[in-house]
Amino acid sequence: MTSASDHLDPALRVEALASLLIERGLLDEATIETFVKTYEQSVGPMNGAKVVAKAWTDPGYRARLLADGTAAIAELGFKGPQGEHMVVLENTPTLHHVVVCTLCSCYPWPVLGLPPSWYKDPAYRSRVVREPRQVLREFGLDLDDSVEIRVHDSSSEVRYMVLPERPAGTGGYSEAELADLVTRDAMVGVAKVAVP
Amino acid sequence: MDGIHDLGGMQGFGQVQDLTADGPFAEPWEGKAFVIGALSARIAGGNLHAMRHAIERVPPSEYLVGYWNRWTFGAQIMMEDSGIVTDDEVRARAARLSGQDVPEPPQPTPNKPQMPSGGAGNLRSRDTPPAFAVGDRVRVADLDPQGHTRLPRYVRRRTGTVTALQPCQVFPDTAAHFVAEDPQHCYTVDFDSRELWGPGAEPFRLSIDLYEPYLEPAP
Repeated sequence: MTSASDHLDPALRVEALASLLIERGLLDEATIETFVKTYEQSVGPMNGAKVVAKAWTDPGYRARLLADGTAAIAELGFKGPQGEHMVVLENTPTLHHVVVCTLCSCYPWPVLGLPPSWYKDPAYRSRVVREPRQVLREFGLDLDDSVEIRVHDSSSEVRYMVLPERPAGTGGYSEAELADLVTRDAMVGVAKVAVP
Repeated sequence: MDGIHDLGGMQGFGQVQDLTADGPFAEPWEGKAFVIGALSARIAGGNLHAMRHAIERVPPSEYLVGYWNRWTFGAQIMMEDSGIVTDDEVRARAARLSGQDVPEPPQPTPNKPQMPSGGAGNLRSRDTPPAFAVGDRVRVADLDPQGHTRLPRYVRRRTGTVTALQPCQVFPDTAAHFVAEDPQHCYTVDFDSRELWGPGAEPFRLSIDLYEPYLEPAP
């Protein structure tokens, strides 16, 4: 049985495990390459940004997105592992949603890709369910005391994505220009979307 | 289990990390780690819940080394459970990859778990209707699970309000141990921050998804 004694370098453990699995025909280099390329290039926050931009410009889509996130997101072709049941949370001037997974690092892969380091870090996972306003302030988001904060702990197979507020002064932007503004952090709820 | 993974509300981890716009893998080995973990349930004949439980059993000192370390370590634990590899084999291979001439230990006999599955994914149905409805006051049971659970410590024995019914899902507490999928109704329950952290807490609402066996009617 594995134990903590005699710590193995993480990269070396991966190499050793991979080499044994490849030798046993349970893994191959082509599969590794395909997975890595997929999550480096095709599955990431650019997908969620398209969902947000469409919701900002198409009231019918926005309504569908908030009523049935999974189906509305699938309209744009985004589905797959860790996106089986999607719920979209709309941030407003008076209500701010923020998402965490305290027990592991559950995250809506089809729309946001794999989670960033800060999301998986014990500091975020432990603190955002206890002192979210302070945590958001450390991230640089100082919310007015009048804004209600709602923290969502992703403890089941439901995955949450935040629909951020559309920033002022973007009335003339196209859907593609709007998508360029949307960040991963805003779709988790630790930042707002800003105009450069 | 009350492990290191159950981080909600723990103190002492310091400032949150900076928000950075980096990609998913800082180094090539992290990409390989991701793929091994992502495929580990298939390779070991396990499931998502068993994988999570394997990560929970990573020793705390190793868990805190970092995400991709606990992810790989967890994948290895699940594969050890299924007789796919042994820790001795991994260590011997690591030593050989580092240029040491150590013997390769014997390969274990695969012993994959068998549990009937209701299909792909985790959304299921259940014959009995949900016990609770939106607006109901519920108390989280005082459970002491020895194995896997998706009930974090910080909401145990607290009282909240059901705010949504979520889809019925495979019950992680039994599926992780290959007992049965035993699908359960699932509810979003909202707690006032002061119910969780006392009268001096920052005012906010905490929403969490809880399976029906975790809940009882509020007294």
